[in-house]
Amino acid sequence: MIQDCSKPLATFRQAQADMPAVRRTRKIESYGTVPDTIALHSSSAGLAGLMSRASLIGLIGLIGSGLTGCGNIEPWVKPYERQALADPIMSLNRHPISTTYMHHVYEAREGARGALGGSGGGCGCN
Amino acid sequence: MRSPRTPDRVCRTVATPQMPVPLRPVMSSRFAYLSTAAAILFVIAASITTVCLPARAAVLEEDRADMLYHRYEGGGVTIHGPSVLVRKKMAEKYAVSASYYTDMVTSASIDVEVSGASEYKEQRDQYSLGLEYLRGKTTYVLGYSHSKENDYEAETASFGISQDLFGDLTTITMGFSKGTDTVRRRDTLGNRVDPNFNEPIDRWNYRVGVSQIMTRTLIMTFDYEVITDEGYLNNPYRSYRYVNPGDDQLFALDTELYPRTRTSNAVSLNARYFLPYRAALHGGYRFFTDTWGIDANTFEVGYTHPLGKEWIFEAGYRYYTQERADFYGDLFERRNEQNFMARDKELSTFTSQSFRIGASYEFAPGRWRFVKKGSVNLFYDRIEFDYDDFRDARYSMLPSTDPRFRAAGTEPLYAFGANVFQAFVSIWF
Repeated sequence: MIQDCSKPLATFRQAQADMPAVRRTRKIESYGTVPDTIALHSSSAGLAGLMSRASLIGLIGLIGSGLTGCGNIEPWVKPYERQALADPIMSLNRHPISTTYMHHVYEAREGARGALGGSGGGCGCN
Repeated sequence: MRSPRTPDRVCRTVATPQMPVPLRPVMSSRFAYLSTAAAILFVIAASITTVCLPARAAVLEEDRADMLYHRYEGGGVTIHGPSVLVRKKMAEKYAVSASYYTDMVTSASIDVEVSGASEYKEQRDQYSLGLEYLRGKTTYVLGYSHSKENDYEAETASFGISQDLFGDLTTITMGFSKGTDTVRRRDTLGNRVDPNFNEPIDRWNYRVGVSQIMTRTLIMTFDYEVITDEGYLNNPYRSYRYVNPGDDQLFALDTELYPRTRTSNAVSLNARYFLPYRAALHGGYRFFTDTWGIDANTFEVGYTHPLGKEWIFEAGYRYYTQERADFYGDLFERRNEQNFMARDKELSTFTSQSFRIGASYEFAPGRWRFVKKGSVNLFYDRIEFDYDDFRDARYSMLPSTDPRFRAAGTEPLYAFGANVFQAFVSIWF
């Protein structure tokens, strides 16, 4: 009897695609120098040292994820799964002229300013 | 003539050592850390954006035109005017946007009343131009903006870059702006510009942002912005008040004095979630801190609900709270009590709450073939401001025989509400 091996393989690939955490872990593991880099800074004392280490870990994570992004990382939300995100009601800035005006209203009357969400982006469905 | 640079160290007590006045260094270690981290993040994000050449092309936003009428009424101030924004693509690689915005101000605010001035009117016009260039998944943006009123002029140039990554699940954006303002002062009687008063302000903005698709129905954004100002940061017309040396029931006024530098950090996290029955829920939080001692928190939630194919309704709530600047005081003990003194209610401790409702009606093109679709939109915001250490000084300006009279420093705390209306039409073509 001939066994159909392609089906389990396809199922495994699908499962792999649906488990981004597993993939990311494997990618990060390939960067063997990460613990060494952290150790270089572990001698810093006090709060500044702790924050510095935390920032370093964050930055290394960012670099790692950035570099893996240059490869063929599979998006965990496929383009054909983004119909909800493509809906106009999910737009981050549906009325740019109104958003700009309301930011002006608040900034003129409050002490705080900045970080009002100019990061743009979207669903990547276009 | 430009006055000599003063350090960004505030509230040095002058000859009254018994007055406990808070001191805040120019840059706290927390702030220094944040700034350093911001710089590093900026460089790394730039490297990622530059190194990761795109595999598939992104697209620019659709061509559209927006025409808005806005009106703000509250606290004795009415500001209204039109605004227009037009955006057009060319060859799917370039886009040009241009905008015009006007504020027509009629003000008899509490500051105007307390200063003894009468109601005034002025107009501010702002023109902006933007250019976008799309190359693969990277978008480069150049911007220029010019704003002018009869005693203030501002120019800002900006550069931005955004990059789609990870199968378009992630968008990284960065931006830098440089602004140059010129502050002038008008004679309140003759309404002429004082030729001897011409003060500059330089502004630098650095922005980093990430937009991330988390699931099929959830998108999140993170933004961080550092802004540094240097120059004449006062309002040349505003005064601080101090106890009248001749009668401690009354107050006297003198021109405010601010530090000549200010650096602020703001970080925000926003999320938008698609509900199963086709509606959207969004929420956001922002933390703000600056070298003047202001710490602020902003919370925001909102709900968007479509009805049929034509209607979209919105409702929202926003809560904002801030701690006062170190050199803010509602009533100083005496003139020149500190090296920096302010009584701007925007620098006081207060909370504001906003309630929003809005509706959009989308229509299909009729006779105009060049129009793909359009929408008519109406929005109303009600904002309530409640001040914790800004008193209504008008009560101590009343005759002492008036039963409503209150001694300076014992007046009721100030509060006011504002109505904000927006009516606009959007056309996609």
